[in-house]
Order: sequence, then structure tokens, then C-alpha cells
Amino acid sequence: MRYRRPGLDWLSHGLLGLCCLLFGLPVWLAVTASTHTLGDLYSQTAPLGFGDAGLDNYRELLGGAVGGLGTDVTTLLVNSTLMALGIAVGKIAISVLAAYAIVFFAFPLRRLCFWLIFITLMLPVEVRILPTFEVVADLGLLDSYAGLILPLIASATATFLMRQFYLTVPPELVEAARIDGAGPWRFLRDILLPLSKTNFAALFVIMFLYGWNQYLWPLLITNDADYLTIVVSLKRLLTSADGLVPWHYVTATAVLAMLPPIGVILLMQRYFVKGLVDSEK
Amino acid sequence: MSAPFQHHRVTPWLLMAPQLAIVLVFFFWPSLQAIEQAFYVEDAFGLSREFAGLANFQAVLSDATYYQALGTTLVFSLAVALGAMSIALGLAVMADRVVRGARGYRTLLIWPYAVAPAVAGVLWLFLFDPTLGLVSGALGHLGIAWDHKLDGAQALALVIMASIWKQMSYNFVFFLAALQAVPKSLLEAAVIDRAGPWRRFWTITFPLLSPTAFFLLVMNCVYAFFETFGTIDTVTAGGPGGATTTLVYKVYQDGFVGQDMGASAAQSVLLMALVGGLTWVQFRYLERRVQY
Repeated sequence: MRYRRPGLDWLSHGLLGLCCLLFGLPVWLAVTASTHTLGDLYSQTAPLGFGDAGLDNYRELLGGAVGGLGTDVTTLLVNSTLMALGIAVGKIAISVLAAYAIVFFAFPLRRLCFWLIFITLMLPVEVRILPTFEVVADLGLLDSYAGLILPLIASATATFLMRQFYLTVPPELVEAARIDGAGPWRFLRDILLPLSKTNFAALFVIMFLYGWNQYLWPLLITNDADYLTIVVSLKRLLTSADGLVPWHYVTATAVLAMLPPIGVILLMQRYFVKGLVDSEK
Repeated sequence: MSAPFQHHRVTPWLLMAPQLAIVLVFFFWPSLQAIEQAFYVEDAFGLSREFAGLANFQAVLSDATYYQALGTTLVFSLAVALGAMSIALGLAVMADRVVRGARGYRTLLIWPYAVAPAVAGVLWLFLFDPTLGLVSGALGHLGIAWDHKLDGAQALALVIMASIWKQMSYNFVFFLAALQAVPKSLLEAAVIDRAGPWRRFWTITFPLLSPTAFFLLVMNCVYAFFETFGTIDTVTAGGPGGATTTLVYKVYQDGFVGQDMGASAAQSVLLMALVGGLTWVQFRYLERRVQY
């Protein structure tokens, strides 16, 4: 059949393979560099193979305060995890309830509530960064997990996605539940939540990545190294040393900062893709 | 559809309460403060302030560095959006065509999306480090001296490359999904009419992809505006000479580093208007598409 062109297929495979390698190159170099000593690194251009420092750099970083960080990387990883989980779980929890009210209830001011929530989609925290900082300072939430998490929950992405999903629930389902005598809480718990499992998984991946990868917000509100996140710490590592960038530590920290989110995206790829593509509709 | 639960007075408000509280405290309160601040001038110690009308806006709009940042933002956003989209489209078309292994390629290309912008910046900084970087070294052999700490164009190029690297996978996922949704019957009809692969792509597939492409253009611009802050801060910190200072980076610089609250707030308000307009365009467009 003239639909098939084996030549083009092989060309496609070749180019795709090449691009996969190219996209992996920056990460591969970081992984190899993190197994070299600093002196070793600066005696050549960045090495493509592993060095003989093994996992020593990782051990030093995870074990104690290194360079200008003021804390060990284990603490940073714990902070990042708490922040990402807090944002993911918090966002899902409040958005499930709010979307439920907006889609399934008739109440005065419903339209106003809808717009109050969805207007937040337009302005990410970066735009109103200074006043948000002042509000959080006034509330005494600087250098705290609540300060890291709460302002980032204040956007309606998750609420929007949950609303999209609820709108597809057939009205007959609600009717049947009501005839069987189920009230709104019962319907939510026994019917709607079990139906939403895949959506939760998709939202969880998107929000976990969003939380883990935050930069500007944690940079501003954490002075205390005990609340620093791993992504923000990279800049401190880069600038702390005078003159020589400690690339062996920087690359090792970068690798540690990449592992959890890449793990999450690869393990939950199916839900992630579904969640992303659904959000466009 | 009409709401199934009609006669509940308290329940909906209980359900809405957490979301409304967070949105009011952490979104509306600060946003209104930003708008208010934009009309006041504060003294250097933040002790007193007086109403200044549009003075802050006039100061910002007559400042040459603001227009430099605006230009940088436009170049940067367009380069990132078009770069990420064209690479992603090319790869998605190839992955869609090979049929077997499309999912495998998706796995191999999707993971950069999970890498934080700041981390992406660090990875590319390492590739182009003037003393030990692999790519900067190779460029040196070709006679191109690479130092993004001195050369503004090179600094901008580096930030653009790192941002494209991270954003490509997002575009790839969408383009692949859109390509797989193109009706096979159309393509088969075209084969019967003896249209070659090139012709099939441009006359059938490409027009069907245009909604996705438009959506991605908006999303990529939003990404380039806001999320790349981490990349810029780790790679160049806005320099050299403001060559990589985007509008968002300037809000941060003037407000937190320069402590000029009024100017920063005025820029925030201008940025809000800009992004608001962009989102409005997208919503209008989406609404239209949902209807048919």
C-alpha cells in the first residue's frame, strides 16, 4: 500500500532517537559531573563518563551543611516534599468542595462566586508578588510551611478541572441517588468521590510538579535555611563560593532536585497526560 | 443544566468556604493592594506615603529600561513559544507516523516537563560554562568565544534554549494527542487520491491541529512570561546590562532589590492588564470552540 513508506519510517526513528539523546544530554552530563571531585572537573571540559568520587558528593551534601547553604540537602528534600504534597493535597481538597458547590447547588450569588474564583486563573502569583509578600508577612507566616503553601493554593486551576469533570456527570445519576434518599454529603462521598479517582491522580501529578518546582515564592519568604527548598538552594550554591562554582555539588543537588518529580511523572504518566489534555477542553 | 440540589441554604457556603477564604486573603487582598500602591509614593523607609495619582505609571512608562524589558520579553516569549512548538510538532509528527513506539518516545521525551525551570537553567549553565562547559568548549574550537556573562545576546540565547528544552515536552504531549485524534478515514481518502505524505500533512493534518496550536501559543507565552523566572534568575540574574531582564523579572528587581514599591506596583498593574487581555482572548476563543 502506498500509505506505508519504510524509508520515511526509518528516518523518523533515527531523528526521534537522536532527539531523545540530545534532550537527555544535559541531564547525563550533570549525572556524570556529580561523580567527580571539584579538582578533577576543573582539569578538563565536562566529562562524559563517570568519575572516581562515586557517591561521595551526595553523601557530603545529604549528611551536613555544605558551602553557603547553611543546612543539609536532606532537610531541603524534606521541605520540598512537604511543600509539594501540601500544595497538591490542599488544592485538590478545597477545589473538590468548591467545584461541587458550583456545579450541583443552586444558591444566591453562585455566579459571583464562580467569577471570584475563576478570575484567579488570570493572574499567577508572580504578578502580585510584592503585596502577597506583605500580606503573608502581616499574618506572621514568613519562614513557615503555611506561608510556603497557602498563597500557592489560591489559584483555581484545580477547581476549573474538577468543574469540567462534574459537568460530565449524567443528571440521571444525581436523580437516582436522590430518589434513594441520599443527601448532598452522601452523594459526594459515596458516588462523586469514587468516580473522581482518575481525576485526582491527574491533578495530583500536575500540582505536585507545580509545587515542587516553585522558585520565586519560596525564594522570597524563606530567610531561614531550615525552610529552604531544594530548587531555590541551587542559586545559593552557585553564588556562595567565591570565583569557582562548586560544580560537583551543584550538579549533585540538581540531580537530587530532579529525581522526585521525574519519578512521579514517569510512574503516573498515563494520568498526567490525560489530565493535561483534558484541561484544554 | 439546572443544579440538582435546590433547597440547601448552608451547605453550598460550607463547601465554598475554604476556597473563598484562601482566594480572598491571598488573591484579592494583595491584588487590590497592588492597585492601591500603584497610586502612592512611599518614602525610602516605608514610613509615610502620599497619593501620587498617575506619577508612578508616568515614571515607569518614561523609563527606557522598561521598554528594554518589554522588548526582551517579546523576543524571549516568541522565541520560546515558536521554538518549543516547532520542535514538538516535528517530533510529534514523526512519533505519530511510526505508530509502533509512539508511547515509548512519549516516555523518553516527556520527563523534561518535570524538571524545575531553575534546575533546567543550572543544567544549561553547566553545558555553557565558559571554563568547563561541553558546548562552550566545542564552540571555542569553532572560533566562537562564548561568555554569557559578558555578551547579552549570548545570555538571552542561553536562557531561551534552557526554556525551550523544558517546555518542548508539554507541546509534544498536546501535539501527539491531537495528531492521534485526526480521523484516519480522511487520511486514507487522501491516499486514495494519491496525495503524498507532505501534501497530506499540510492540507489535512495541519489545519486540524490549529486549535491545539493556538492554545499552545497562549500557554507558551504564559510560561515564558512567568515560569521562566527561575531559569533567568539562576542563569543570568537579568544581566548582563539588563539583556535578559523580562517584565516579571523587573517587577521583582525594582520591588525587592531596588525597594521602589510604587514603581514595582505600577508595573504589576500593567502586567495584570497585559496578562488579563491575553487570558481574555483565550477564554473567548475557547468559549467559541466549546459551542460548536
